[in-house]
Amino acid sequence: MSKTLPPAAALFAGLAGLLTAAAPPRAVAETVIVSNERDNTLSVIDDESLSVTQTVPVGRRPRGITLSADGSRLYVCASDDDRIEIYDTSTMKKTGEIPSGVDPEQFALHPDDRKLYIANENDDVVTVVDTDSRHVIGQIDVGVEPEGMAVSPDGRVVVNTSETTNMVHWIDTASLTLIDNTLVDQRPRYAVFSRDGKRLWVSSEVGGGVSVIDTGSREPIETIRFKIGGISSDRIQPVGIKLTRDGRYAFVALGPANHVAVIDAETYKVLDYILVGRRVWHLALNSDETRLYTTNGVSGDVTAIDVATLKPIKSIRVGRFPWGVVVKP
Amino acid sequence: MRHWRWPALAETVKVPCRRPPLRLVMASVAFALAALAGAAAAEPGAAGGQAGRTTPVIRIGYLSQAVERPPGLSTLEVPPEDEGLQGARLAIADNNTTGRFTGQTFALVERVLPVDGDVAAASSSLADDGVGYVVSTLNGAGLDRLLAVAGAGRALVFNAGAPDDRFRRGDCRAGLLHTLPSRAMLADALAQYLIRKNWKRWFLVTGPEEGDALYAAAVRRAAGRFGGRIVAEKTWSEALDIRRTAEAEIPVFTQVADYDILIVADEIGFFGEYLPYRTWQPRPVAGTQGLTPVAWDRNLEQWGARQLQSRFQRQAGRPMTAVDYAAWAAVRSIGEATARTSSADSATVAAYLSGDAFALAGFKGLTLSYRPWDGQLRQPIALVTARAVVSMSPQEGFLHPLTTLDTLGDDRAESECKR
Repeated sequence: MSKTLPPAAALFAGLAGLLTAAAPPRAVAETVIVSNERDNTLSVIDDESLSVTQTVPVGRRPRGITLSADGSRLYVCASDDDRIEIYDTSTMKKTGEIPSGVDPEQFALHPDDRKLYIANENDDVVTVVDTDSRHVIGQIDVGVEPEGMAVSPDGRVVVNTSETTNMVHWIDTASLTLIDNTLVDQRPRYAVFSRDGKRLWVSSEVGGGVSVIDTGSREPIETIRFKIGGISSDRIQPVGIKLTRDGRYAFVALGPANHVAVIDAETYKVLDYILVGRRVWHLALNSDETRLYTTNGVSGDVTAIDVATLKPIKSIRVGRFPWGVVVKP
Repeated sequence: MRHWRWPALAETVKVPCRRPPLRLVMASVAFALAALAGAAAAEPGAAGGQAGRTTPVIRIGYLSQAVERPPGLSTLEVPPEDEGLQGARLAIADNNTTGRFTGQTFALVERVLPVDGDVAAASSSLADDGVGYVVSTLNGAGLDRLLAVAGAGRALVFNAGAPDDRFRRGDCRAGLLHTLPSRAMLADALAQYLIRKNWKRWFLVTGPEEGDALYAAAVRRAAGRFGGRIVAEKTWSEALDIRRTAEAEIPVFTQVADYDILIVADEIGFFGEYLPYRTWQPRPVAGTQGLTPVAWDRNLEQWGARQLQSRFQRQAGRPMTAVDYAAWAAVRSIGEATARTSSADSATVAAYLSGDAFALAGFKGLTLSYRPWDGQLRQPIALVTARAVVSMSPQEGFLHPLTTLDTLGDDRAESECKR
């Protein structure tokens, strides 16, 4: 066999080089931070080299993580320690702890950058904490196993999903009272508002679909279902959702189906399925939304996806059972 | 620890839950309840904290009976006396948390009978109490007595205690659902795993009890379905307590031709615990002891099971068993169906439970639903040892055109249930 490349292959190699060279230069290196539920650590990934640069020990069973508005602080739900830990993202040193109520799992930060709304999975309440004074402001009774949390873009409404009650609970942030409840499919895991605040997207892990709810009427207007060839419908268990700012895409992590669904956020049609690692749960976009990162619990890795081509670029080994993910600009 | 609050809360405000505007049409609930002709009595609602308001209470009956356990068992572990009841109570609490938002209140009407208690009398007293649903953890004989009197079909009966396949076959009936898996489902779950492991030659050891023979029959059926072979078979008829002599007795008892795994059918634990590690050949043990197929086990923690386990442990002060889980699933099914249909009428609920729309999140990775042909709850089955979950069935590779859960137990085409 000849050692020189056949002409077609050479052409492809040349093209590939050309494409690489033509790709727009990435602005500034960003940092991907992942919580590892079974390792009690955070993995810090450099998004240029796509490799883990640091592993930070944290409280027990870290799950939900979120950044302050300027990205300087990272909040970590240490579920088994019943607290929220705060880390300085420039040093990755712990700077404080906040009371959270029992078993905090997910939380959402108010646009005021102060109030955290925390779902206490074992206690059927949502706890509201002021991150400046580090005091509990209030607790609101919700359904069984509260999980998903989201604050509306205008900051007036916070929603919580309860996994066993199967509802979205709408809470008025001024009075901290329940204003409404919407029944959705089984085991609602995650909720996110559209950028204009008009729609709420809710994933139902056991129901196998994503409900799109009109925030005016608080009624579901669409239920998105998924079908992947060769994968039993039982294994399609939607969890994390990410919406792009331009309103073009919704990405949905499909759990043990090991795929991320790409949805046209206007027509609610499923456009594509991207194969990632095993049991994909949560998602994060980088700041210019050119990359999507997924946490794959069972395979213990993070998949980086190129948003332009909707293709996975690399799998990055992290700790055991990666759960939450954020990208720090 | 039931209601843990952060200490700082003392100086802050605990915001009470205000009754939200109802999204479900309460008028129709009230109408349905009225139509029940006293099936639900109006009682002061416990929810919402608004004095003077009344909420119709959905009453669920719970019926169980103590069973005599023979002395000299191979296990010292005694099933908890409140087995089943605690599962039902937890589901009532779960239902009522949901009910706060749907305007529904659930109450458990408990009838826990002694060994010589009268099932028929308890059943009619439940009917007198306006119960439209009965969750039973009675054994097969007890369930027969209950069905004899509840036969009029007024109340929807959930069997959470009898694994006998006959209640899903010849003795099935309308208005009878099963949340406990049948013996056929358990045996199929074990068989799938053994076939997947290529451990196909089985040594079947059957105990003296009636249930043991039925368990063994389910194992034989599973062998035929999935390609196992029973290469040796023995009956345990030893009446002696061999606790002190098991090391000598079991090697002798298990001297048979070569096999891959010993499958034991000993539901009450009469001798089964003596078998593992004492067989003549170095072979594993499965069945009612050793690697055991169960609907629920304390070692389950995946798919959110950890949350259910800790809720249960906190309430009952002990781990959740398969019977607790079956009672929990029954009461939760009622809660789910009443919330989705906005109705408390047991006929409406029964129709909804058997329909395609019903789905129960059961912390086992797949959605639970009822088989319309025999009323059996479809569910994954765990294969466990004392301290670990070894696998979950259905196993990968056992395919089904509708749901892989129907590879466990009686599928539609083979069902003998005519109702």
